[in-house]
Amino acid sequence: MVEAVAATRSRDSISNTLLVAITLSLVCSLLVAGAAVLLRPKQLQNAAEYRQSIILEVAGLANSGDPATAFAAIEPRMVELSTGNYVDSPAVEGFDAEDAARDPHLGVRIPAASDIASIRRRARYAPVYLVRSGDAIEQVILPVYGSGLWSTMYGYLSLEADGNTVRGLSFYSHAETPGLGDQVDRPAWRAKWQGKKLFGADGEFYLEVIRGTVVDISRSGASDSRYQVDGLAGATLTGRGVTNLVHYWVGPHGFGPYLAKFRENAGKQP
Amino acid sequence: MIADLFNLFIKAAFVENLALSFFLGMCTFLAISKRVETALGLGIAVVVVQTITVPANNLIHAFLLQKGALAWAGLPDVDLEFLGLVTYIGVIAALVQILEMALDRYVPKLYNTLGIFLPLITVNCAILGGTLFMVERQYGFAESVVYGVGSGSGWAFALVALAGIREKLKYSDVPDGLQGLGITFIIVGLMSIGFMAFSGIRL
Amino acid sequence: MSDTRKILVDPLIDKNPITLQVLGICSALAVTTSLMPALLMCAALTSVTAFSNATISSIRSRIPNSIRIIVQMTIIATLVIVVDQLLRAYAFETSKQLSVFVGLIITNCIVMGRAEAFAMKNPVGVSFLDGLGNGLGYSAILIFVATLRELFGGGTLLGYRILPLVSDGGWYEANGLMLLPPSAFFIIGLLIWGIRSWKREQVEHADYQIHEVHRTGVL
Repeated sequence: MVEAVAATRSRDSISNTLLVAITLSLVCSLLVAGAAVLLRPKQLQNAAEYRQSIILEVAGLANSGDPATAFAAIEPRMVELSTGNYVDSPAVEGFDAEDAARDPHLGVRIPAASDIASIRRRARYAPVYLVRSGDAIEQVILPVYGSGLWSTMYGYLSLEADGNTVRGLSFYSHAETPGLGDQVDRPAWRAKWQGKKLFGADGEFYLEVIRGTVVDISRSGASDSRYQVDGLAGATLTGRGVTNLVHYWVGPHGFGPYLAKFRENAGKQP
Repeated sequence: MIADLFNLFIKAAFVENLALSFFLGMCTFLAISKRVETALGLGIAVVVVQTITVPANNLIHAFLLQKGALAWAGLPDVDLEFLGLVTYIGVIAALVQILEMALDRYVPKLYNTLGIFLPLITVNCAILGGTLFMVERQYGFAESVVYGVGSGSGWAFALVALAGIREKLKYSDVPDGLQGLGITFIIVGLMSIGFMAFSGIRL
Repeated sequence: MSDTRKILVDPLIDKNPITLQVLGICSALAVTTSLMPALLMCAALTSVTAFSNATISSIRSRIPNSIRIIVQMTIIATLVIVVDQLLRAYAFETSKQLSVFVGLIITNCIVMGRAEAFAMKNPVGVSFLDGLGNGLGYSAILIFVATLRELFGGGTLLGYRILPLVSDGGWYEANGLMLLPPSAFFIIGLLIWGIRSWKREQVEHADYQIHEVHRTGVL
């Protein structure tokens, strides 16, 4: 009994408290930092390979043999977003859009009125990926990201040579509600993007992830199914996030200037 | 600027209510909502802790953990983002404990009211959730203060509202098995359906 | 019943963490829209609770009272993050599915609640079992809720079609409410009603006795 009391007292002494606190912090930070540092190369490689596979997928090239060969056939170019011109520096290789967005020189603050995707800052430059068929450009793949319900969602959007028809949209990173928002990863839902149009004949952005199921125009007549994608059951806000991020990135503050030039030159050598 | 911050406050308190829209901090929410008085105590404690921890973690994120944050120390390439979760939890637990000691020492009256709730707050996922949302959405310092106050108040508001309903419920004839926890679950379900209406507001 | 068995079996119904101890509710709402994420969460949480209980129990005599909560939180968070890092390096596909859960596990009050209530006072072996038992009790509720929600919300189970939907030419009209979080509250509330009608000793007593004359049934 006396021993137990003595043990409690020494356990609660200031020196023991400090000792435990310091030892614990050291051991835990060593464990976490060790795991993070040792495993990082492997994790980065996994993440990069996964991003590549998503690029191939939105381009519809996922099943065309060896991924590395297929990816090598895609031409990455860097674009200056404000002008829409191709630039040589910074290089696509090693470019990190998130780092660049935070950088005072490489990033810009998005005015609140234009910040449809709620991302606050973006890089001045962004990589695009050109898929050619022979000499003609067949598709262009744009990196897109923006806020969903819980998290920022990162993905790729592939457009046909007309710069208006969607070929595919896939996300490689997000943390949306399991079972609801994460339906954006379902192949059946991703397939619904193919053939949808971004802009109407008047040049306005119309594409929307609606609530519920798209009703074919021939039956409803009310709204045009070419601009509508089925909603995600129970994940209205994630769906709205997807609409917003696509809207932002193809809009005037995103790839708008680039897409305007892309449409002019479509099929021609840029 | 002021208008933006006000919008953020309304958004954090109502549209994105941590308790009824994101369902964070549910365990404490259900357990400590029997009486309005205690609910108010816990609510104030959450507002205080949230108001301190969100900005504190904001500074830690901006000046220590973020990639390139250590540039001031001559280490521009260090990225400590992976320490995020452990650090935030540690900061929350430490701040709660410091707050407890400080209140005990200087404002014993307030300590007696809030005292028992403070340890509960450490495990309240609404607090960690607030910090993680702040990091995810890249709030600046001023915004993080407003977000902390707003999200804390929203949570407290929901808690007091539930406690009000439960106090009235004492006089109702609830079937035995539903008495207490069971009926509370159903009430919270109905309240959250009500709060869904806020998700239509765009600020 | 032997003590060991009691520690393992009690949390399933008699001392269930969700329906009786009011622990771990947040994730019970977040991950039960379909069965697959619920199963993943169950596996992750059960193992974390068991191992964190064992770890904390093994150093319980050294933890000073004044900082015990920080110590427990740090240990739990470290365990979870290291495992997450390992998965991200060596089992990328699994980690992609688990990524969202990592934060949910750390803040799940079952882990913390069991560490504080049991592991701080008991030896390593039984603490491990207590963690396992509570994890399984939590799993039982999650699986029950997720099964109902996926079946009636989408007509599927684990992605396989059980009830053919009207939109695909079947007869079942999917109930969208089941996919929204409030439905989880209703299901758990009704489940508690069911359990307490069966196990009468769990019934909470009303603060006020309602006089027989005023009962709705009589009037």
